Amino acid sequence: MIEPLYIALIPLIPIISFLIIALIGRRYFPTWCGFLGTLSLFTSFILSAAVAYRYFFEIGKVEGVYQKIIALKYAWLQFTPDLSIDMGLLLDPISVMMIVIVTFISLMVHVYSLGYMKGDARISTYFSFLSLFTFSMLGLVLASNIFMMYIFWELVGVSSFLLIGYYYDKPSAVAASKKAFIVTRFADLGFLIGILVLSYYTGSLDFGIIIERSTDPAFSGSLAAVSFMGLSALTWGVLLVFIGGAGKSAMFPLHIWLPDAMEGPTPVSALIHAATMVVAGVYIVARLFPVFSLACPGSLDVVAYVGIFSSLFAAIIACTQTDIKRVLAYSTISQIGFMMFALGVSGYGGEQGLGYMGSMFHLFTHSIFKALLFLGAGSVIHYVHSNEMKDMGGLRKLMPITHLTFLLACLAIAGIPPFAGFFSKEEILLAAWNSNKLVYYLAIITATLTAFYMFRLYFSIFWNKTFSPKQLEGHVNGETHKLHEAPGTMLFPLIILGLLSVVAGFVPFGKFVSSDGLALSNELHLSFSVVPVLLAIVGIIMAFSFYQKENAAPKKLATGLKGFYTSAYHKFYIDEVYLFITHKLVFNLIGRPAAWIDKNVVDGSMNGIAALTGSISSLIKGLQSGKLQDYTLYFFSGLIGFVLLIIYLWT
Amino acid sequence: MTNLTLLVVIPLLTALAVLLCQNSKQIRWVSFVGSLIQLGLSVGLLFSYLAERAAGNASQMLFEFKYSWYKAFNIEYFVGVDGISVTMILLTAVVVFAGILISWKIETLTKEFFFLLLLLSVGAYGFFISLDLFTLFFFLEIAVIPKFLLIAIWGSGKKEYSAMKLALMLMGGSSLVLIGILATYFHTDTGGGVHTFNLLEIAKQHISLDTQKLIFPFLFVGFGVFTALFPFHTWVPDGHSSAPTAASMFLAGISMKLGGYGCLRVATYLMPEAAHYYSWLIILLATIAIIYGAFATLMQKDLKYINAYSSVSHCGFIILGIGMLTKVAIIGAVMQMVSHGLMTALFFGVIGMIYDRTHTRQVELLGGLLKVIPFVGVVYVIAGLCSLGLPGFSGFVAEMTVFVGSWQNPDTFSRVATILACASIVVTAVYILQATAKSVMGPITNTEYLKLTDATWTEKLASVTLILAILSIGLAPFWFTNLITNDTQLIMENIVRGLSSN
Repeated sequence: MIEPLYIALIPLIPIISFLIIALIGRRYFPTWCGFLGTLSLFTSFILSAAVAYRYFFEIGKVEGVYQKIIALKYAWLQFTPDLSIDMGLLLDPISVMMIVIVTFISLMVHVYSLGYMKGDARISTYFSFLSLFTFSMLGLVLASNIFMMYIFWELVGVSSFLLIGYYYDKPSAVAASKKAFIVTRFADLGFLIGILVLSYYTGSLDFGIIIERSTDPAFSGSLAAVSFMGLSALTWGVLLVFIGGAGKSAMFPLHIWLPDAMEGPTPVSALIHAATMVVAGVYIVARLFPVFSLACPGSLDVVAYVGIFSSLFAAIIACTQTDIKRVLAYSTISQIGFMMFALGVSGYGGEQGLGYMGSMFHLFTHSIFKALLFLGAGSVIHYVHSNEMKDMGGLRKLMPITHLTFLLACLAIAGIPPFAGFFSKEEILLAAWNSNKLVYYLAIITATLTAFYMFRLYFSIFWNKTFSPKQLEGHVNGETHKLHEAPGTMLFPLIILGLLSVVAGFVPFGKFVSSDGLALSNELHLSFSVVPVLLAIVGIIMAFSFYQKENAAPKKLATGLKGFYTSAYHKFYIDEVYLFITHKLVFNLIGRPAAWIDKNVVDGSMNGIAALTGSISSLIKGLQSGKLQDYTLYFFSGLIGFVLLIIYLWT
Repeated sequence: MTNLTLLVVIPLLTALAVLLCQNSKQIRWVSFVGSLIQLGLSVGLLFSYLAERAAGNASQMLFEFKYSWYKAFNIEYFVGVDGISVTMILLTAVVVFAGILISWKIETLTKEFFFLLLLLSVGAYGFFISLDLFTLFFFLEIAVIPKFLLIAIWGSGKKEYSAMKLALMLMGGSSLVLIGILATYFHTDTGGGVHTFNLLEIAKQHISLDTQKLIFPFLFVGFGVFTALFPFHTWVPDGHSSAPTAASMFLAGISMKLGGYGCLRVATYLMPEAAHYYSWLIILLATIAIIYGAFATLMQKDLKYINAYSSVSHCGFIILGIGMLTKVAIIGAVMQMVSHGLMTALFFGVIGMIYDRTHTRQVELLGGLLKVIPFVGVVYVIAGLCSLGLPGFSGFVAEMTVFVGSWQNPDTFSRVATILACASIVVTAVYILQATAKSVMGPITNTEYLKLTDATWTEKLASVTLILAILSIGLAPFWFTNLITNDTQLIMENIVRGLSSN
């Protein structure tokens, strides 16, 4: 058994570091906060690595199957005897893999930020937010209870909000942070209702029990009977949960926040919007995979089609964007789409579970090379002080290390052997080929586009037109400063990640992570790999001929595909559609009438009652004039009236 | 033996002491010390309550005290507390403490201002400990009248109109309550034709369903007016926005909870069958308040109006929880009362801080406050995050408990209501972030703002106290639920018994 305390410390160390920095450090030792944060992450990483070693090689496997171990469980909020939100730590292959990824990438980003954020006045706040994020993300992946995951899910969202809006005096950053929070919140509504549905029909919030009961034929027979619009209640539940996942993972049509989120500092984009938080959606599907696969037929098709569509869609847009971070953002959407549809085409158990394994494998390799790409882009932005491709070119000689590591990452993401992305992508493509040919064909088109736009990016930054150092200096608002390759703290993570991008693919991944905990061989099928690799090379060659030297070909192609190109450039106008729906429809058709009705109808009737009372009293107040003559008159007229009445009744 | 009457006496003595003070400095310190003692007493009450329960005292109410007030009508001064009242008392003590600190700079008619504030708190404490309907009503009235003066004298904007509106609507509500209480009284019989106001006695009696159906609307709507039951919520926006900061804090933090508490403790507890009979209507009105309040908030441009309308929406959760009539939902309703009380007090407090400095509450005119007055800015962000239900703050656990509790009713109507209520959290996020992004973040809109000074020590202490209280529930909700689960269970048993006997 692993000492629960050590596992608990993995998320706890970052939150302690957050508290120290936010409450004390910010005021008393601002310059040391970065080191404190980095040190705490380093400790967390070491612990995660130790836990991973213990789990994978010593205690996790019982009779050849990796077990789910609940290391700690505490009833945090007890609703009923069965239903409670527990704070628990769940160890299984995917959670152990994730804690290693999260702490490792976070550590790299911390180290990198020491250089990148140097001189920023609010650097201590920055590091406190990074710690907060890391804590939340670790809580999310270790959660043993679906509601606990929701809690950390929201915390991850808010840390992302704080970090995107880090430059809070910049209106675009504020707008982007707001957008990210609201779009994901909207998706989380699905998650929340999904949780309520699942918990009602399975009677528990615990992942283990939810999975066990919903896949138990005796139990699920009664569940299938409850249906709504042709789908069983359970299917509705998992699909609603999937909406939450699609929001966090920026799947179409909830992807609109991710490109804007690039307003945050670049290391943040590397950590949150490339390697960790955005894969949360994939993670939740993987976490509930038995329910999706065994208890809810059809739900995985939804996952597969959403995944492949987002993947292709984002890849097309990525080919047209000129802001290098936005290209990477769309590429992230596309790659997460790969992980998503890989789960969608997968089955449960044995060879059927190849897609599951491929998805997790791709999650693993992608986090490495995508973080590297972002950090490399950050290094470039740091150098030229611009995000736009037109301000870059010929940087290969000026920043050799950034150039080399960036190239490694591009080769990895393009799926060229023997780099990391090749191995994971092959597994996914094979899984797609085995189960759904349509998905497979779309996927290899996407893979070709991936190679094309990544090398478009690479050539535009490091080759293409050549700026002299003098010209580059001119971009920095007239200030002259000495150009230099990034400092050591920034290069170190690049080098480490670059090395890993080369070797990570050789991990015998299927031995450790599979849908049912049994080892799965991930041998390569060389004959199968020929087509995807050739296509990737075609993509690279196209990019080479278009962008290696400045020439007119890209423009010609763009004019040739005019309508399509323009709409892709404008991201297919999805943002505009949303703006129309929210601002024009929701605000004008619901918000404004609600406010108007409240002021005029509801409140109006209250004021009306008051006015009515007032007017009645002013009507009758004339009667009490205070004049003795009037009262005498009333008295006698009343008297006469009575007399007449009595006479009338009498007779 | 803990003497509950102290909870009423201490603020009353403080109020009287304020009248004897010579200058505003003395007034402030006397009020501060008085409210601090009261806070200490309330925390002490919590611990002696827990100790008593731990020692195995299983009676429904603890620390009971009875004194016959008016024999002929069997009116008693009868006090006692259960877990629910203890949480309400703690809420009151924290909000009063913070409110006094926030009002540190009041210079016009200082004496009268603090006197009225303290008098309000006497009403609130008395209300929460009363177990006799007549005494309860007596304290309810004490908690209403001073508000009229507080708004009319120290308020801003169209204060006379707002003060009048608030006072009339709340008086209207309490007159309904009075009718309900009297009607209940005359339907009780403790033997020999003697009627009773004793809440525990009445709960044991069986009032016929037809009678309940008649009385319940009076009680529920009457108390509902206080807690912004749709469509009787229109005093909320005007009243809050005209009230001085501390009065807003009281109004939203405590007064609106008098209503929620009354709906639960008096209306639902005493008339369980009627509550069940009208449950669909309560749920309907609550859902309307939640959704419609949220959308109306979207269109507001004044920070106080934003928070006032959002209070309508958030108090809808209290009504919803009560209307759902499941144990978990009622626990959620109580949590929401405390949570909303603390959160909204913090919100109005920080809006007051902003207004004192910038002299505007218009979102359009504000901007970049985080840069010039970081403490105030951060508090605003925290209040906003709490309001939109971020985990770690009390709002999250309260709302989630209401949702989980509501979902236990499997009929389609409750399901739809719950889903709509859940959907409101998205709208909440939109209006909170809109306001925060424009007023606190973003570029500085007015060069005058560069001269602003950050929070004073009193403002800091007030904010920190409220934030700690919010976190204590948000991070460790188990102590809170443990405190009230048993009492909710008793209320539920009464409901179930009422239903099965019919």
